[in-house]
Amino acid sequence: MTDPRIERQWTTRLRKRVEGTFPPEKVLPDTQPSYVASWIYVFGVLTLAALVMVIATGCALAIMGPTWWHVSGLGHYINSTHLWSVEVFFFAMVIHLWGKYFMAAWRGGRSMTWMTGAVTFLTSIGAAFTGYLSQTNFDSQWIATQAKDGINATGAGSVFNVLNLGQMLMWHIVLLPLVALGLTAVHVILVRKRGVVPPFADVPEGVVA
Amino acid sequence: MVHPERFAALFNLSHPGHFISWGVLQVSYGNAVVIVLMVVAFVAALLLPFPGHRDKGGR
Ligand code: HEM
Repeated sequence: MTDPRIERQWTTRLRKRVEGTFPPEKVLPDTQPSYVASWIYVFGVLTLAALVMVIATGCALAIMGPTWWHVSGLGHYINSTHLWSVEVFFFAMVIHLWGKYFMAAWRGGRSMTWMTGAVTFLTSIGAAFTGYLSQTNFDSQWIATQAKDGINATGAGSVFNVLNLGQMLMWHIVLLPLVALGLTAVHVILVRKRGVVPPFADVPEGVVA
Repeated sequence: MVHPERFAALFNLSHPGHFISWGVLQVSYGNAVVIVLMVVAFVAALLLPFPGHRDKGGR
């Protein structure tokens, strides 16, 4: 017997909704359509793998601190791994973006997949720029003094002060990673929800994709 | 013992950057090289066959 009071509970309603939208075989499917067997589909996952490396090396830098990454051999190595993971991340993300653009992968109710991707891209640029400001070396000081006039000209300088290392570090290691990771999670969940977009020719007649 | 100078010899960065200028567009050689590599990787991803995929009766 279904008790209407139980049916009304938000836990019950949420569970049913999640079960309906994300059945396990959709979240972790066994197979994909044959057109997914292409290198272009590797770039989304490559972006994801690079992001994992960025976060992991960033956590190591956070634990050990600037005196470690500036002077020790291992510190230099992890610092470089952090930078080069970011390079791979952007490299793969841009190719991923080009691929999705030419597939028009926002078709068939996938606009939020595209938009979460695009906003993640913008957020990542902010994360990279605040990262340059967080190095605590002459480079970061020089970059900050070059950036301040531009930022101040927009009027944003009063709340976003590139000369304030504490503030820039917080944006770099707390706020922007939170947003980027959250959006990435939503992005990948949306891909799972909708399934991979079919090629142009496979859209059935009369369906507005 | 780490000898960073061994790696430093590969690329000498102790000079102002080199830039390609084309009207209002200006891009450093380094960035231009990365953009070219991205285009190459993109085209390769479209053209190279994907390993382990048996194309049943297609193309
Ligand atoms: C943190 C950055 C990103 C990560 C980790 C990421 C990851 C992924 C993954 C794993 C997939 C599924 C596999 C694939 O089709 O490649 C995917 C699909 C997709 N991505 Fe991204 N992506 C990112 C950024 C972007 C950007 C910048 C855009 C475009 C503005 C974008 C647009 C899309 C679209 C439209 C799909 C759906 C493709 C389909 O339904 O067939 N993504 N993404």
